[in-house]
Order: sequence, then C-alpha cells, then structure tokens
Amino acid sequence: MKAVVTVVGKDTVGILAKVSSVCAENGMNVEEVSQTILQDMFCMIMLVEAKGENTDFAKFSGTLKSEGEKMGLVIHTMHADVFDSMHHI
Amino acid sequence: MINTGDILETISMIENEHLDIRTITMGISLLDCADSDVDSACSKVYEKITRLAKDLVKTGEEIEMQYGIPIINKRIAVTPISMLVASSGGDPIKYALALEKAAKAVGVNFIGGYSALVQKGFANGDEALINSIPEALSVTDRICSSVNIGSTKAGINMDAVKLMGTIIKKSAELTADRDCVGASKLVVLCNAPDDNPFMAGAFHGAGEAECVINVGVSGPGVVRSALSKIPDADITQIADTVKKTAFKITRMGQLVAGEASKRLNVPFGIVDLSLVPTPAVGDSVAHILEEMGLEQCGAHGTTACLALLNDAVKKGGVMASSHVGGLSGAFIPVSEDAGMIDAARSGCLKIEKLEAMTAVCSVGLDMIVVPGDTSEEVLAAIIADEAAIGMINSKTTAVRLIPAIGKKVGEEINFGGLFGKGPVMPLNTSSPAKFINRGGRIPAPLNSLKN
Repeated sequence: MKAVVTVVGKDTVGILAKVSSVCAENGMNVEEVSQTILQDMFCMIMLVEAKGENTDFAKFSGTLKSEGEKMGLVIHTMHADVFDSMHHI
Repeated sequence: MINTGDILETISMIENEHLDIRTITMGISLLDCADSDVDSACSKVYEKITRLAKDLVKTGEEIEMQYGIPIINKRIAVTPISMLVASSGGDPIKYALALEKAAKAVGVNFIGGYSALVQKGFANGDEALINSIPEALSVTDRICSSVNIGSTKAGINMDAVKLMGTIIKKSAELTADRDCVGASKLVVLCNAPDDNPFMAGAFHGAGEAECVINVGVSGPGVVRSALSKIPDADITQIADTVKKTAFKITRMGQLVAGEASKRLNVPFGIVDLSLVPTPAVGDSVAHILEEMGLEQCGAHGTTACLALLNDAVKKGGVMASSHVGGLSGAFIPVSEDAGMIDAARSGCLKIEKLEAMTAVCSVGLDMIVVPGDTSEEVLAAIIADEAAIGMINSKTTAVRLIPAIGKKVGEEINFGGLFGKGPVMPLNTSSPAKFINRGGRIPAPLNSLKN
C-alpha cells in the first residue's frame, strides 16, 4: 500500500532525517519527496510505500505523529487511495 | 505523483472543515429470529446481532486509522421489531432490552429499528410496539425508534398520527429528568427509506438483504468553505461548486463503504449523500445558506437557497457512488446545527419557515424543542402537516419534536454531544383537536395533473 505523509511546521535542523528514519524503521520506502519553505514554514509531502507484508500502518502513523509533536510539527499520514478516489474519476 | 494542491485540499477538509464519515451502519435482518415465544426470540436476536456485528466497531476503527479519515459513529439497524412482536406477542420491552444488551456487547452507540410501519393500518404487534416506545426509550440508552405513518402510495394513517402525538409527549415525560432525551430518539416518518443509515430513523427494511453495510457522509463545513472562496460568484457558479464538493465528499464515503464491506465480508448497500451538521462551529448547514447571501437562516430566500443546495448535493454525489440511497440531502436538525440554534434564538427562524424548508430538503422537522405544555393534538397535527408534504411531493419527511417538559418559550434545553442544544420554539396553539380525533385515513394522492 501507498501512503502520503504531509509535514508542516517551523523549519529546524533534521526534519527530513527524522521523518525518513521513522519511514525506514517501519519498512516504508520513500518514493517521492516534494518540499518547500514558505518564509520560515517548512512544508513537505512524501509518497511512501510499504515494502514488507506486515507493515503496521497504525504504528507508523502514530510514531510519526508523536515524533512530529516533539519537534513542533504537524504530521499527517493518509492512505494514498483517499486522494486517488477523491480527485480522480 | 498526486497533485500537491489536491493533497493539501483533502487534509484541510479533514483538519479544518470537519469532513468525516458520519456513520457506518450495519443493517441486519432479524426475520429469521421470529419465534412464538418472546424470550426465545430475544435470545436469537441477541445472538444474531452479536455474531454479525462483532467486528463492526473494530473494523471501523482500523479503517479510520489506516486511511486517516475520522469515522464518527458505528451503528446497527435491524428489521422493524413490530414484525417480531407480531409472531411472538408478549411484552415488546423485552426486545428493547435484548437490543440494548447487544448494542453494548458490540460497542455501537445506537441501534435503530424499534420501529413499526403503519402507513395503511395496524397489524398484530404494531400497536403493542408503539405503545411500548416511551418506556423502551426511557429504560435504554442506545435504542432508536421510528414509526412510518404515511406514504405516497398508501396515504396517511390518521389513527397512527393521533397515537404518535401521545407517544411523543409520553416519551418526553418519562425522561423529563434527563432533558426529555426519550423524544430525541423517536422519529415519525412519511415515506421512510428502508436503507437509511442515520438515526433515529434507521431500520432494516423487509426487502433488504440479510446483512448490508450502509454509509453516511458529512461535510457542511467543506461546502461552506468552498463557497467562501467565491464570494462574488453568481448562483450558477455556486451550484457548480456545491456539486463538485459533494462529489469529493461522496467519493470518500464510497471508498470507506467499499473497504468496510470487503473487510467485514458483508455486501455494500448504499452511500447516503448527506450534509449532516453537528453543533461544532464550522459544521453547520445554516451557515452554508448564510454564505450564499442570507443575513441569517430563516430570512426570506432560505427555502430557495436550501432547494439549490439540496439538489446540487445530490447531483454531485450521485456520480461519485455506485449505489445511493437513504435520506440523501441536506439535513436541518435545529438543535444539532450552530447556525440554526442562533437563528432560532434570535427569532429569525420560525417553525413555519422550517416547515417550508422541509418541502425542498431531506428529512423534515428535526430536533425542534417545543413548549412542554403543547397538547398532544397539536403535536399530532404537526406530524399530519409534515406527512402531507412528504406524501404529496413523493419524498421522505419526518418529525422529531422534543416537548421540553416544564419549560416555556425562551428557555433552553441542552442534550450535549451530537444532539446539541436548542431554545424552546413557539408553536401556533389554536386547537386542531376535532380534525385529529376524527381518525381514519387520508387517501393516497393522485400522481398526475400536477399543479
């Protein structure tokens, strides 16, 4: 399965490193990253794919959320199907 | 890759605009639980519900977690219990207790179907069930009850209308110490749909499959926000924007419905294309109408705005889902909608305007708090008026009134949670008693020569 991770918050050192290490620990392969910095707000959208059969998606999304809070970031993880079905006919 | 703008739009809908799946409702047929012994029927009912719905709440939570979409309620709708009472006889309250126990066991917050369909007349079991409704709603927390008293094909059963005036009053009286909450779990319908996932009118119709999954979506905040981005648009653009937004909302409902049906191994029934408000700020249907250009909901023009909204929601939603059903349209429950509460408090929104609005939107006079001393005949006459609108216009209409026992116009009642709060609204108290006490049936209407 594929998921979209969005990260929004104040820019600090190590955001990309932190988020991608959580992905790696949970067996999620990062397929695409797009990021911008608007003034000093950091915005990143990441497309990730579960490589193993037994990826615990709930744990992955929970870890990202709590790690994000520690760094003052809002991290949102959603199944990519949501965007596909909502925006494509 | 998926378009960045689309991603941010979806996340903003969920985070800031209260987009959610309002309910996943499992419809369960209890026809095979009928038994000549009431106790044995009740144990079959309990066994069947807890067997089929044991994973409903867990699956809902898993989907919520995995897809990142909030799913607010997981609920159950069952075959109208009057059909079981017809073969078992005995005390219908036993069924209410069995349903309550089953609802608690599987963890759903409401179970609908303590119902009777009497649009043409009372069969065995119907009157016993209806007369037990006030007690059933006062001794249980999770049971919802509905009675269908009219339809376009059958006309209106005025004996049932009269009886329901009394039952609504009694349901409020028996729960007077709990903000009359009994009456908020009872709805009187005309043209009741068999596959409605929303409470209190949900039941599993006799023509439905053994077990199905129906989903109701919600998103008034999303529609309002979309309209606020086009402040100077003309009405054609407004209708187009509502359609497009409704399409997106419904696609999400369809996705969740398909996934729930696959995981529970239960066929998908329908998606109910609805705009359902909650008392939360930013989740109001009244505010959409105000965004269209009304100073406050209830002003002249409200009916036109609501007609446009309701129609555009259906047009957008129909293409987004493979099967559409239920109540499908904009809901206008007064106590559950922050904008409606304000409009009712200020006196801008009156019951007569609400009645007109029900002619062009889904459902009807919903969650309206009325004075506690309102006579049973006036309550019955409100039901008759509302059913007449539904019968003539071939649409579902419903009445869910809460007589606030011991309270007068201007005072408020607060249910808390999704049921919200509302001011006691004034009613026209001229007596319709003679009309209501005549009994009999209003004949089914002509379906041609439409004027």
